[in-house]
Amino acid sequence: MQVSIYRYIPGKDTEPRMQHYDYVLPDDRDLMVLEVLEDLKAKDPSIGYRRSCREGVCGSDGMSINGRNGLACKTPVSEAISRDKLMLRPLPGLPVIRDLIVDMSQFYRQYERVDPFLKNDTAKPAQERLQSQEDRKKLDGLYECILCACCTTSCPSFWWNPDKFLGPAALLQSYRFLADSRDTATEERLSKLDDPFSVFRCRGVMNCVNACPKDLNPTKAINEIRTLLVKNGT
Amino acid sequence: MDLVVNATSLSRSGLSDFLLQRVSAVVLGLYALCIVGFLIVNPDVDQIRWVQYMTSPVMLIFGTLAILSFAVHAWIGMWTVGTDYLSEHKMGKHASFWRLLYQVFVVVIVFTYLLFGLGILWRLPAILL
Repeated sequence: MQVSIYRYIPGKDTEPRMQHYDYVLPDDRDLMVLEVLEDLKAKDPSIGYRRSCREGVCGSDGMSINGRNGLACKTPVSEAISRDKLMLRPLPGLPVIRDLIVDMSQFYRQYERVDPFLKNDTAKPAQERLQSQEDRKKLDGLYECILCACCTTSCPSFWWNPDKFLGPAALLQSYRFLADSRDTATEERLSKLDDPFSVFRCRGVMNCVNACPKDLNPTKAINEIRTLLVKNGT
Repeated sequence: MDLVVNATSLSRSGLSDFLLQRVSAVVLGLYALCIVGFLIVNPDVDQIRWVQYMTSPVMLIFGTLAILSFAVHAWIGMWTVGTDYLSEHKMGKHASFWRLLYQVFVVVIVFTYLLFGLGILWRLPAILL
């Protein structure tokens, strides 16, 4: 198999390039893309990428794998490989710091904009704010997001307006708190979303759904926000 | 939020633009159905019958609504396309100039269609006189 890795080291490279490596896959088992990267890095320590938990929890090894965003640690080579080639590029739409490492600042700024924390202006209970099992179920499919940015960086609307369109990940988190029965800031949250860009720049391309390594559905969450805005504003 | 960009949107509200675009699309769809439906039901239509149909009070009002819907729908859609592709993020500091130029061009086209459309529609009754 030929593995092509996007290489760019500021100060050393004048422009990005693809570096090609030959890699022999074992016959007896499938590998994850991260394992291939680890092997290659052992031979060429200059390759730069993020990784931590290697089991799809930390969300740090998001990258474009043969053109599709995903976590290297959760993507089997057998699923990603095409014509005996594996092409690894950094997540698109974000500035490259080095090789496969991108600057996530813009992604986190949009996440910060949705106030991703519980807001409740009622009196504090003695112990904790309770929630019925039915209300708790409404958060399933929302709270599991690990902020790997695979969805947001696969979204054309985010590529075009990364400073104005919140992006699928931030909007999924926005709805996570809008849907939470313990949150009382619904009006305030919705009022911050009623501009032509933050939510309404989503075109329903659904690249985000295709890219999410946790099988979440940000497009559905965005449609729920739109429904809330319509109900609240008409 | 870039206020300069928002200032040229139709309503400055994402929700209003979203609803206007969908309502105008429904109006245009229904109008197209009326036109196509009439032609299917009357395959041997002549000019007199066609003008009579188009100048009936219902079709005059519906036609006016369709032309206004076209203008609203086109402006929101083209404004959205322009703010996607002609942005500072993609084009640098001169993007505002090119975007304004593009928006003026779109306004001229939409306004021309609007005036000609309404002019033709409301001059039709004179043909029968």
